[in-house]
Amino acid sequence: MEKKVAETMKQPIERRGFLKGLLTTIGGAAGAATAAGAVAKEVLPESNFSWEKFFQEHYKQMNSEDKERVFARIKEETKARTARDIEIKDPQPMDGVKFGYALNLSKCNGSRMCVTACVKENNQSRDPQIQYIKVIEMDIGTLNPEKGDMYYEGESVPKPGKFYLPVQCHQCNNPPCTKVCPVEATWKEQDGIVVIDYDWCIGCRYCMAACPYEARRFNFAEPSLPAEEMNPIQGYLSNRVRPKGVVEKCHFCLHRTREGKNPACLEACPTGSRKFGNLLDPNSEVSMILKTKRVFVLKEELNTVPSFFYYFD
Amino acid sequence: MFNCALTGPPLFYIWNGFLTFLFVLGLYAYSFQFQHGLVVTNLSDQVSWGAYIANFTFLVGVAAAAVLLVFPTYVLHREEVKDVVLLGELLAFSAITMCLLFITVDLGRPDRFTHILPFLGRLNFPRSVLAWDVVVLNGYLLLNLHVPGYLLYKTYKGEKPNKWLYLPFVFISIFWAVSIHTVTAFLYSGLGGRPYWNTAILAPRFLVSAFAGGPALLILVFLLINKFSKLQVSSAVQSMLEKIAMVFLPINMFLLGAEVYKEFYTDSVHTESMKYLFFGSHGHAMLAPYIWSSIAMSVFSMIIFFSPLKKNKVFLILACIMAILGIWIEKGMGLIIPGFIPTPMGDMVEYIPSVTEFFICLGIWAFGALLFTVLAKVAIAIQIGELREKT
Repeated sequence: MEKKVAETMKQPIERRGFLKGLLTTIGGAAGAATAAGAVAKEVLPESNFSWEKFFQEHYKQMNSEDKERVFARIKEETKARTARDIEIKDPQPMDGVKFGYALNLSKCNGSRMCVTACVKENNQSRDPQIQYIKVIEMDIGTLNPEKGDMYYEGESVPKPGKFYLPVQCHQCNNPPCTKVCPVEATWKEQDGIVVIDYDWCIGCRYCMAACPYEARRFNFAEPSLPAEEMNPIQGYLSNRVRPKGVVEKCHFCLHRTREGKNPACLEACPTGSRKFGNLLDPNSEVSMILKTKRVFVLKEELNTVPSFFYYFD
Repeated sequence: MFNCALTGPPLFYIWNGFLTFLFVLGLYAYSFQFQHGLVVTNLSDQVSWGAYIANFTFLVGVAAAAVLLVFPTYVLHREEVKDVVLLGELLAFSAITMCLLFITVDLGRPDRFTHILPFLGRLNFPRSVLAWDVVVLNGYLLLNLHVPGYLLYKTYKGEKPNKWLYLPFVFISIFWAVSIHTVTAFLYSGLGGRPYWNTAILAPRFLVSAFAGGPALLILVFLLINKFSKLQVSSAVQSMLEKIAMVFLPINMFLLGAEVYKEFYTDSVHTESMKYLFFGSHGHAMLAPYIWSSIAMSVFSMIIFFSPLKKNKVFLILACIMAILGIWIEKGMGLIIPGFIPTPMGDMVEYIPSVTEFFICLGIWAFGALLFTVLAKVAIAIQIGELREKT
């Protein structure tokens, strides 16, 4: 029902359909009011307003007691809604670690298994669908993503004459997105990961306008996620279930990677084209790739200085 | 004073009733957006700003246009403008109020508005241009509340205003008017990832379009005031505004032409947005009719302004409406939307406001018109001496 109302409300304005649109809007509205109680329970809606939430501090202003209280509240609310116990983690950046990603374009076959794994791992909304990774099908001989196709379909990949360019947040060292945020709801952490405090974001979407890689997604509706599909291991700044009306993005699976694991997209990749590691460690795999391969970044001219590198071999 | 603000001839009630109806309709539409989220709009991850931000941008220009009356009054000491300068400032006040409403309805989490307040929240000042915008818009709101408010209050009391209590603010507001539109332009032109906006003449273009459309709007407002109130705006004010329009309408077209030249002669991949705007691209051409009609309207209004036709009231009104509409389309559909199409990664997603967005926009416009009607009614009554403190 919620979805139907939303669809009615978003009909485009057309001259002839205008009055009709108005009538359906009012009709849909009346329908919504009556069906408000009948929302399916297996999805995860955000819980209702509370003063405690309203006055919640910015992540950086919280001390450890505040954090405990907030994490406990998130756990309780999730339990009440889904009858599932979750763990809220808050792993901190490690000294001497700066994360980097390297992607081998010669190997990537466009299977998009990374996309699926990411959605699962990070509790993205299934409807409306939110994905952090885009895979662009490109003609061999061009490196301009604007000339590619991100909606490619077909039985088998890779297709002849094509290569595949996965794009996700580049965790820039000079991120245009954090600079423009009017409330400092997004910032770059010491280990190079750009994070968002979902409870502080006001939803102005300026960061989305600023990002040259289209790496940020907005929760236009209440995210919906079947309770049994929810990943219970959650990070406060990473994959916990997001509220409606805020921006989210790839965070290099920081709840995994800060504990020494690999990101979910890397683990899911069937070709081994994804490599992840510490750029400050000269012996890490990513450091070796940067040293020995011909590596490039997207839109270098914008001086965003990504920590996400591409290479062919 | 409340009596004066809320009572009047039957037409006053009909007009206010009509605006209130539209405003309530807008509130009703907004209640849905508040409940379901921005999913009731036709915005997307690709086109993440739309009708709300476009109207916001246009209205910042309307607010900045008040300087066209403030400057002649206080700097050039043009006596005939003095009668209407307060109305101009109140128009700016109403326009900024509408701007703030448009920003509010655009937020995904309006309940978190406290986060953007200085000291209370974490205003990212001076790094974020949006934070600057919050500061300059609210500053301009206060300036345009204080100056006409203080002068009207003193007139109401029958006292002489102390010029030290308003003149400094008048001069500040002249600079401030320029700053609000510059900062709003910088919101867009500062983004390297959006080549269509990333142009140094964006701020000049914004100001010039405000000074081109502003006089047209003021002429219309003054014609209405002449017709429906006892205040008679002198014809010298009107001819001054016509001259301003005659200067800035052509400059506005020239700057648009300069952008068109740069894009199409260069013919780089970044020309895609303008190609899409003017001729369509990859089978999408929704905006092309709008931009061409905008240009046609601007040219048409220019022809009237430059010819003796403008002495005919019907043609003058037509020219003003065309100038306003032309600039509204150019600043909205012609500037904000193509910035998102194609996206930085080459995605083509078109955008047309939803029914809900339309009614929310209409509601805000109606609220602004209502606010201005009531403010102007009281201001005029005080100015012509009908409303005085009883002694």
